[in-house]
Amino acid sequence: MPKELIHLSHITKSYETAVILDDLDLHIRENEFMTLLGPSGCGKTTTLRLLGGFETPDAGQIFFDGTDITSLPPNERKLNTVFQKYALFTHMSIAENIAFGLKISKKSKTYIDDKIKYALKLVNLEGYEKRSVDSLSGGQQQRIAIARAIVNEPKVLLLDEPLGALDLKLRQDMQYELIRLKEELGITFVYVTHDQEEALTMSDTIVVMNQGYIQQIGTPEDIYNEPANAFVADFIGESNIIDGRMLQDRLVEFLGVQITCVDTGFGQNQPVDVVIRPEDVELSDPANGFMEGDVISTIFKGVHYEIEVHANGYDWLVHTTKMFPVGAHVGIHVIPFNIHIMNKPESNDEKAVESDV
Amino acid sequence: MYKWKRQFLSGPYVVWIAGFIILPILTIFYYGITDSSGSFTLANIFAIAEPIHMKALLLSLKLALLCTAFCLILSYPLAMILNNLHLKQQSFVVFIFVLPMWMNFMLRILAWQLLLSNNGILNTILEGLGMPKLQLLNTPSAVVFGMVYDFLPFMILPIYNAMGRIQRDVVDAARDLGASELQVFLKIILPLTISGVISGIIMVFVPALTSFVISNLLGGGKVLLIGNVIEQEFMQNMDWNMGSGLSIVLMIFVVASMAFMNAHGSEEGGGAVW
Repeated sequence: MPKELIHLSHITKSYETAVILDDLDLHIRENEFMTLLGPSGCGKTTTLRLLGGFETPDAGQIFFDGTDITSLPPNERKLNTVFQKYALFTHMSIAENIAFGLKISKKSKTYIDDKIKYALKLVNLEGYEKRSVDSLSGGQQQRIAIARAIVNEPKVLLLDEPLGALDLKLRQDMQYELIRLKEELGITFVYVTHDQEEALTMSDTIVVMNQGYIQQIGTPEDIYNEPANAFVADFIGESNIIDGRMLQDRLVEFLGVQITCVDTGFGQNQPVDVVIRPEDVELSDPANGFMEGDVISTIFKGVHYEIEVHANGYDWLVHTTKMFPVGAHVGIHVIPFNIHIMNKPESNDEKAVESDV
Repeated sequence: MYKWKRQFLSGPYVVWIAGFIILPILTIFYYGITDSSGSFTLANIFAIAEPIHMKALLLSLKLALLCTAFCLILSYPLAMILNNLHLKQQSFVVFIFVLPMWMNFMLRILAWQLLLSNNGILNTILEGLGMPKLQLLNTPSAVVFGMVYDFLPFMILPIYNAMGRIQRDVVDAARDLGASELQVFLKIILPLTISGVISGIIMVFVPALTSFVISNLLGGGKVLLIGNVIEQEFMQNMDWNMGSGLSIVLMIFVVASMAFMNAHGSEEGGGAVW
């Protein structure tokens, strides 16, 4: 496992009365693509600004390569940031933008010229040196912002929702572009986003945050397949979250039926959340399911149908490639491996976000 | 048809410009290049070379430059401080600075005449403190002071607006790329506000150069600016030809200074930052 590069130790930060981060502890390793994922106001951008040096924590310390950098100003940190709205210098040409950091650190002219060429090649904008910032599209401006940051050879690149202002197609292209860049540069990326698909596509490690607390840290597969609580399950993709009761190891009761599952260690007769992904729900003949229900809506989504089934008082969300018409009487089945059992939320931040469908 | 209708809407304004701007300028030009009998001459324009006129023009340029410099020195740091305030405080402070502009310009200058006069408040205070009275009124300094007082908002507002347009991210990005506070100022804030500085300079320098009321009231006839000379030619000597000729010269200076600032401005605003 690569060695640890950054350690955020017991960070607390509040603005006036609002607590943004509460006792946050986070380790970032060398050469890791780490994504801070969460809804707006969860503290992810503040965490990034603390790393960049634009904010100082109320309590706690930030270590970089073992040294305490908590009170170091941004210009003395070996990190560079790519901002959400590009933040290019409009009074300079593209080449001058990219050269900014290098000129500040007094590099030779030939070194700077080489670096500009190299960086423009890296972001696929060769020959753009003399262009003005205003003549570029949003996607091109964001690439220049990335080029401007990486020419300084930072050990860590901080990216604050860099694709937020781009349209869907461009955003997807840029995701692959960023993965390629990270592999070519071999540096650590800390990436902030509220887009779960972006996070799943690019990250080595995802940190799911809500209301100033870390909810779960793990690989994209971990986060998606084994969400730690109802909030994570709901935020990363869609989920059926149902009130249940763990009768004993490997046996859960919900919506009036008893079903075998694979989870253990919850004790006996404990109230739990049962989380089932829509694509894990199988629809079949009424006789073959563990409960019966009626299809109340069917929407074609391209890859799959999104079907709502009313069964035993709960509206199940189902993703399936097979079409079931509204009004059809169906059976519902889920294999034990796909039934996830979670403890009931202990605090507000662990709850699924309420939203009316 | 539709297009013609819309152009028709600008009719009142066209009449206004023609009647109150273009026609008077043409009249000035006519008077400027003719003598009292109506025959062509350039004598009125070359009259600027007479020592008394030249002295007034040079004094006007000097005082206008001083006034512009003081306004700039006062405004730039103020605009920076303003820009760093919280939004609520910001609009209040801007309101305070703009407030004097809502009062009649003559009233403000008359008030300073009273404050600065030999028996005015300032000298009374000095006397009370046992210090000698100062000759404040009727000096070039008083004129410059009055000009600065009057024209300051015209310098603050464009600089403040230019500064407000700089996004926090841009400053953060420069810091992030290694720039110190001073480098951020020199390489980011100054170049991005230079257009505001230039509009400010034009908006202060031009009225200061052509002013004659301030020098009348605070200079007491002892500070003779080119504006005062022109006024006297029209109002006292009734020599419209001479007054117009000198006006044309002043106009040339105004247009030249604006052209100079604009040309210089586009250069500064461009790539030549390093």
